[in-house]
Amino acid sequence: MGAVGTNAIRLEGAEKLCGRTKFIDDYTFEDCLYGVTLRAAIPYGRVKRISLDPNFPWDECTVVTAKDIPGKNFIAAIENDQPALVEENVLHPMQALLLVAHPSRQKAYEALGRIEVEYEELEPVLTIEDSLALKAVLREPDNVFKDVRIDKGDITSGFAAADVVVEGEYRLPHQEQAYIEPNGMAAWLEKDGALIAAGSMQCPYYVHKALLHVLGLPAEKVRVIQAATGGAFGGKEDYPSMLAAHAALLAWKSKRPVKVIYDRLEDMASTTKRHPALIRHRTGVTRDGRLSAQDIEVLFDGGAYSTMSPVVLTRGAIHASGAYACPNVRIRAKAVATNSPPNGAFRGFGVPQTMFAAELHMDRIAEALRMDPLELRRRNVLKEGSSTATGQVLRRSVGACDVLEACAKKGRYAKKVKECAAWNRKAKNATWRGAGLALAYHGGGFTGGGEDFYASRAGVALEADGAIRVLSASTEMGQGASTVFAQIAADALGVPFGWVSVQTPDTAKVPNSGPTVASRTTMIVGRLVERAARRLKAELEEASGRIPKTRPLWLKAARKFLAGRGRREIISQYERPPGIHWDDKACRGDAYGAFAYAAALVELEVDKTTYEVRVRKVVTAHEIGRAVHPLFAEGQIIGGIAQGLGYALCENAVYKRGVMQNPHFTDYIIPTALDVPPMEVLILEKPYDYGAFGSKGLGELPMDVPAPAAAAALRQATGKWFFDLPILPEKICKALHEDHI
Amino acid sequence: MFPKEHSLRFAQLGGMRGDPFGMKVLRPAGPAEAVRLYSQNPEALPLAGGTDLMVAWNSGRLNSRTMLDLSRLKEWRGIEATQDGVRIGPLATHCEIESHPAILKRLPLLAEACSSVGAVQIRHRGTIGGNIANASPAGDSFPALAVYEAFVHTVSQEGRRSLPILELFAGVKKTALKPGELIERIDVRFPAEPPDRQVLRKVGSRQAQTLSKTVGAGLLWLGRGGVVLELRFAFGSVAPTVKRLKAVEAAVNGRKLTAELIERACALLAEDISPIDDIRSTRQYRMVVSRNILRAFLAGA
Repeated sequence: MGAVGTNAIRLEGAEKLCGRTKFIDDYTFEDCLYGVTLRAAIPYGRVKRISLDPNFPWDECTVVTAKDIPGKNFIAAIENDQPALVEENVLHPMQALLLVAHPSRQKAYEALGRIEVEYEELEPVLTIEDSLALKAVLREPDNVFKDVRIDKGDITSGFAAADVVVEGEYRLPHQEQAYIEPNGMAAWLEKDGALIAAGSMQCPYYVHKALLHVLGLPAEKVRVIQAATGGAFGGKEDYPSMLAAHAALLAWKSKRPVKVIYDRLEDMASTTKRHPALIRHRTGVTRDGRLSAQDIEVLFDGGAYSTMSPVVLTRGAIHASGAYACPNVRIRAKAVATNSPPNGAFRGFGVPQTMFAAELHMDRIAEALRMDPLELRRRNVLKEGSSTATGQVLRRSVGACDVLEACAKKGRYAKKVKECAAWNRKAKNATWRGAGLALAYHGGGFTGGGEDFYASRAGVALEADGAIRVLSASTEMGQGASTVFAQIAADALGVPFGWVSVQTPDTAKVPNSGPTVASRTTMIVGRLVERAARRLKAELEEASGRIPKTRPLWLKAARKFLAGRGRREIISQYERPPGIHWDDKACRGDAYGAFAYAAALVELEVDKTTYEVRVRKVVTAHEIGRAVHPLFAEGQIIGGIAQGLGYALCENAVYKRGVMQNPHFTDYIIPTALDVPPMEVLILEKPYDYGAFGSKGLGELPMDVPAPAAAAALRQATGKWFFDLPILPEKICKALHEDHI
Repeated sequence: MFPKEHSLRFAQLGGMRGDPFGMKVLRPAGPAEAVRLYSQNPEALPLAGGTDLMVAWNSGRLNSRTMLDLSRLKEWRGIEATQDGVRIGPLATHCEIESHPAILKRLPLLAEACSSVGAVQIRHRGTIGGNIANASPAGDSFPALAVYEAFVHTVSQEGRRSLPILELFAGVKKTALKPGELIERIDVRFPAEPPDRQVLRKVGSRQAQTLSKTVGAGLLWLGRGGVVLELRFAFGSVAPTVKRLKAVEAAVNGRKLTAELIERACALLAEDISPIDDIRSTRQYRMVVSRNILRAFLAGA
């Protein structure tokens, strides 16, 4: 009995299946204008003059520049360094200079072609190396957005104790989130002067905060509503604040509703990507395969403005040593400025980069020691009682060893490796085969004191008509958050799943449960919903004894309980689990309430004629505390593995002077259904006491394992190491034909 | 809150940068009218399946262009099999070609090539005539058409002509078609003897919805003692237009396929194709992989 742990029906599933779901561009507004964006054409420089073609009917348009901003010209984030519109200085080529709105979308685009901008151009900084070398100072004093240092033990003595030292350098590219629905936002003014913004987003309260500053309005005069959101993967964490600001500025000036909808080209070229990274490892290890010292340098390309980079970097750095217990660790990490669009959140939030380096490096160490990579991992894997790089002692719900062993067993790892080797000895075979293993861990919820700082609030309401409604600002974007909340509330209240509904996030109706990010929705926000529902249950039981089992009795009990009060709303607030301590300055302590763990075995083959890679099979084990909805959990895992394989093998964002050259699905290649291999998914459960019904974060974890496992498999298949992603057939061809053409 | 949807208004305002209001569309009822309208409006852009054209339209690049909509001309649909070959209407879709019994049996490389185009949705709309007239260097069906030595029949107010497929292509996205001239048929003859070996190999960036990095088609007839009676081989995506391998073919025709000859033929490939570095691949990759495909074919691997 109970909904948690069952595959409850997706609340919004029927609407989506029937094509009735409306995304923001599906709504029409009376007298609506279409807003479009004039972007800088240069990566770095100064705007000298903007001139409008006098032969264009500008009186039909609303034009907004930085001068029209009634409030402050920045998009509120961790720092407020990113302007909504350029005033003078251009720091990246996709920066918005000016906005035009027109009743016809095509006319609005046409208007952009009638604007001439004169620039004074400067030599741009386009790589991490050039940024560190201060080829130009984009950000005072040293181009560094964030500097993280983690020290554990003493690496000098750790290296002294090592028999072998292994060094490596790894490079990771941009990656596009590739959600189905591009970013879009609408804004309009209500009769009472309040401004409403509605659109595709992950974080309604981020948008709300950004609008307060840009428009200079009090909190109650701004309302943000989430429209159905067609995927996000982190790509709708911070950029929707920019879009909303633009739509709101146009609506403010024109006094008409304005829609700003990006098409795929504009979305891919302008919005955030995964941070490119350069990661260096130097590792000391004893002959018997014990890690004695890890010295790791992490460099992230933040793009032109700080946005999410400080927290992406911190999370990436904390995970950089891998799911291993090494006594001596030094991690030095920096996010630096370049003249390219800001990079931001993307499923994994800095970890897929650092985990790729950590895991592939383990394979190099294994090879240096002539040890099996599984055995090397076994000897160092985190266990109960182990401490992480930040000194966090893991006490309960530690599944690293379990996923490693379960994955190796289910995938028959040793046998697979032998079979591939035997296959490769037969010259007649048209392919080379390889199998590779990777292990990862991923902290659920905000890093360090983030949850404390945010003090999120979520809850449930018993409405006057007896309806039960979950109240949170956490958005449904395809991942199943609404359904999972309904399951949690139903079980905490002791009522059937079908009695619970979920309020669409709307800042006028829901408390601030924080952004829908960081694998925190089920684990952290779900826990708030659970606590609130348990309180409501206690109150109901106090008023009328047992919770009624039938609908009529429920309605009767609810009416009696409310007795003229209208409705009862219970909101709970985040409370730090006992025994958790974090020192942000020293980057020491309990970085996360709990980690979830994953291992994957990737088996692939490379065509000897074309060097095309076909992934034959993926076996993966994920330990996630508790699968509230096993089918959704499996879906997250399969989707994350597919996205991770894309990162590893085909997604290649090409940049030239800060501009993405392939901002479309013709040439930015993501896997299709035909490219996704068969997968076997094992879900392990070691409940975490402070997550909703024992759950830990899952959304990002699957993204961490496929790339290093694929690179390890390619090592076996081709005999070559590939330290940079993506590993395209062209790269394999080049590696195998070093000497000719 | 959200206003109620007004479906008509939404339909009118939908779309992205393409401008439906600034668009002039000519809709001929039959081939004769199509030819007449095209000669009167030589600047018009013929529209067949539209699978490539709509991409350009969506980007706004065709906003002031006139369209000549051929998609309704049933006279130009269909595939007719004769004793000697097939006559393919320019509006035959890739799906129709890939599943046509005579093509599957006697021209299997053409069927396979058409089945490798885009994904099934694209193949149901995209037409062979549109594909040819679009003249992309990466046209997937072209190498197969080249080794089967297809002829393209055209019609205009000036009359009719027939061109070997290789003479139709004039460069990247350029054809020898004159203003006002339309493709009315593609003729492909069955090979007199079935080949001893044949290959079609498309190399893209994934399993579907992908543009070729290189695409090769080959037919080989062998005589006594393994002497090559005839080799026909063509590659796409490795030069501005599809290329028959003249140097390679000349080197092997009439000779026995020894390991040494195969290597010599592979070395000659560089004379026949001229791949480049671009957003989709590299010169090296295209050259090495094309050579691998040729070598594997000649070696009978």
